Amino acid sequence: MSFIANTPQQQKQMLDQIDLTMDGLFADIPKELLAKDFNLPAGRSEFEVRSRLAELAAKNYTGLTCFLGGGFYDHFIPAAVYSIISRSEFYTAYTPYQPEVSQGSLQAIFEYQSAICRLTQMQAANASLYDGGTALYEAMMMALRITGRNKILIDDSVNPIYRVMIHSYTKNLSIDLEETKNSEGVVNRKDLLNRLDNSTAAVIVQNPNFFGCVDDFTDIAQAAHSRGALLIVSCYPVSLGILKTPGAMGADIAVGEGQSLGLMMSFGGPYLGFMATKKEYVRKMPGRIVGRTKDGQDRVGFVLTLQAREQHIRRDKATSNICSNEALCALTAIVYLSLLGKEGLKKTAQLCADKASYAWQRLTSIKGVKPRFKTKWFFNEFVLDLPANAAETAGKLIEKGFAAGFPLSRYYGDMENSLLVAVTEKRTRQQIGMLAEALEAVL
Amino acid sequence: MKLIFDKTVPGRCGVLPPASDVPTTINIKKELLRDADANLPELSELDVVRHFTQLSRRNFGVDTNFYPLGSCTMKYNPKVAERVASYPGFAHLHPLMPQLRMGGLLAQGALEVLYDMDKLLCEITGMAGFTMQPMAGAHGELCGIMIMAAYHRDRGNKKTTVLIPDSAHGTNPASAAIAGYKVASVPSDSAGMMDIDALKRMVGSETAGLMLTCPNTLGIFEKNIRQICDCLHSVDGLCYYDGANLNAIVGKAKPADFGFDIVHLNLHKTFSTPHGSGGPGAGPVGVAGKLLDYLPVSIVIKRNDGTFALEYDKPKSIGYIAPFYGNFAVILRAYVYILMLGKAGLKEVAENAVLNANYIKEKLKDYYDLPFDGLCKHECVFSAQRQAANGAGAIDIAKALIDAGFHPPTVYFPPIVKEAMMIEPTETESKETLDAFIEVMRAIAETAQKDAAKLKAAPITTPVGRLDETAAAKNVDIAEL
Repeated sequence: MSFIANTPQQQKQMLDQIDLTMDGLFADIPKELLAKDFNLPAGRSEFEVRSRLAELAAKNYTGLTCFLGGGFYDHFIPAAVYSIISRSEFYTAYTPYQPEVSQGSLQAIFEYQSAICRLTQMQAANASLYDGGTALYEAMMMALRITGRNKILIDDSVNPIYRVMIHSYTKNLSIDLEETKNSEGVVNRKDLLNRLDNSTAAVIVQNPNFFGCVDDFTDIAQAAHSRGALLIVSCYPVSLGILKTPGAMGADIAVGEGQSLGLMMSFGGPYLGFMATKKEYVRKMPGRIVGRTKDGQDRVGFVLTLQAREQHIRRDKATSNICSNEALCALTAIVYLSLLGKEGLKKTAQLCADKASYAWQRLTSIKGVKPRFKTKWFFNEFVLDLPANAAETAGKLIEKGFAAGFPLSRYYGDMENSLLVAVTEKRTRQQIGMLAEALEAVL
Repeated sequence: MKLIFDKTVPGRCGVLPPASDVPTTINIKKELLRDADANLPELSELDVVRHFTQLSRRNFGVDTNFYPLGSCTMKYNPKVAERVASYPGFAHLHPLMPQLRMGGLLAQGALEVLYDMDKLLCEITGMAGFTMQPMAGAHGELCGIMIMAAYHRDRGNKKTTVLIPDSAHGTNPASAAIAGYKVASVPSDSAGMMDIDALKRMVGSETAGLMLTCPNTLGIFEKNIRQICDCLHSVDGLCYYDGANLNAIVGKAKPADFGFDIVHLNLHKTFSTPHGSGGPGAGPVGVAGKLLDYLPVSIVIKRNDGTFALEYDKPKSIGYIAPFYGNFAVILRAYVYILMLGKAGLKEVAENAVLNANYIKEKLKDYYDLPFDGLCKHECVFSAQRQAANGAGAIDIAKALIDAGFHPPTVYFPPIVKEAMMIEPTETESKETLDAFIEVMRAIAETAQKDAAKLKAAPITTPVGRLDETAAAKNVDIAEL
């Protein structure tokens, strides 16, 4: 089944009209370069393929009660989100190079950019990047370009998955990438300020950070700016329903993973990297940007803009090699944010915080289970120190039906017994109670 | 159309989150909270659904119109792939699951999809191994160049420069530059192929590699491709295959046989995953045997007991370039597509894509200038110079096509053709559609002769006419704050 409309008769008719044969169409490829054979399976019908894929899907078990987060969360997604993004006028279109026939996508992206600005209290956002990790890398590159410097300070409370990505990307570049070490789960001001100097391009921090702890980086923004450095804040968009924003803290670039804005977990993607900045840095920002303008009859319309930054114009001098964005994911985010709206997002964020707070109290009341950090300011995720190895304990809890959290030893050598537990608005009081009972039983 | 923010009615709410069943504690101190609510829309569910449904009707997509956008392979996206991607076993699977003890056993189906895709793409391209991590074509390019750099670092090679033909996609030079290389541009010859003498003069000990798409952006197969790759290999340079144009040769030839060491594939092009108004895509990267050690971690392996697992122990790996396993739901759709088509189906793809492109080329070449005549592969590139001289250029022809109900071809690319119009019909379009398009293109050519002003006024059937892009770039209005 190859979805080809033309019948063999039509193909023959077309070939005759242009005086060629099917083999003749490939006569320009040297014979020795044509493949002898392909060891590929025979094609199958839709019914057979769906049966096979249903079998494979059934080999994935998604019935665990999910307290697993680490930057990727099990949030509620309204049905209308899926209805809208399933409209093929959106999903079978491409990058809106021809604005007159792409006003739907372009206006939706303009609205998405506006919503990201309102959420982060920043002034300008791009049309989206691949994911939170590549957005953080792009923000770092942007800071290097803006400042002309080459030192980056990144705190180890930033998602370790993103930190390893940034290490990969900078291996062939002469960048001085220094990690600062958290103190009690938050940025160690003394260490950071000591290392901040006139060669520093940017300080990279996260809120809530990987441990779930909530911070205010206003002091770090001021310190960075006094040295001519930028502040990059990676943030969790749902938390911005209630938390102090990167804009209010004085951040120069805000980025983050947009999965929580209505995107399914889908085993790691596609997700959505968002990026917002101050007005003065717009022309240094990577990625597609949609702008508002007018036609000859003064009608308002939307176009891709500031393309002079981009690879198809600037080639090796471009701000980034990025060509596409994650337009359909950005559409998902704006539909989600519109459906929940001002009140719904705030309530969702509050629910997350309240339920996490309840879970923290419930779980830390178990004998031997202690909060890892002194701070009580966390959003929807927190670190527990267990009286046993966290990876082993989490393994035992899987058998009891829980994805109980993420064991931190994989990324933090001194945290063998630490478990990162996430609670979204979907978790009920009863599920939290059952997790507590199960944890007590396996310890 | 009004912005969604302008439709707000204070107090209205679309979808309520679940009711709270825990005490409202507000555990976070006030100084850490935002001072005012985020100013998001306040609308009913119907308000929101109607707004976005109306927006959707202001778009052309493959499902609504013929979309021969050159180099983008806008083929039909089978609905079965959308259905499979929504199966709860895939859609609700947390990506960190395999990192939990025993968790990998609960994600066997997803790991098997990734493992199978690796094997299928290896067979299709002739490469030895793939990573599924790159989340777009350009991301694949960056990953490929990082692998190139790791190879040279490992061998102690002092390489500084990546060669790229002047007809290349802009992403190629941008990717090489971002990975830390200098870029040098290799000219094309009069037949639209790489100037092999120029290449030989440019290749030296500092050459890290060459990035090339084949067929190239003119839709022409580089007949000297073997010689080109040999030339690079003679200085321990690597050859990178930009898979943007694989649709022309899929099921017929393998890039590895041409001499390529690294390839990226655009799953959203050749393997038919939806373009989503500009993403998400997926750009898996495959490498020859000598580069396997440098692929990103993790890699899916099959254990002796038949189970699938993630392998992290690869000391020479370039590391992670994505948080997990790439755009899994996109990879899944492409997997469905390959399983449905199978060996014979993939061959038919290339054959019919090439047939459709040559059919259009032959039927239009008396009406528009064809800078490089001869067989083309998946796309043909015309020049509207003749029409431009008379007052209506490629952009005007593009806009006139819109009024006739067709999405325009890619225009003004590749840059080496003046007034370029790059037409890629794809294999899924029928003869009836092609004939209708050809007829309209001929009529437009005639109008360009007689009444160029009429073309300059197009489009007139769309919600807005031509927009002032200069003003947009100057006045920078990119958000309603």
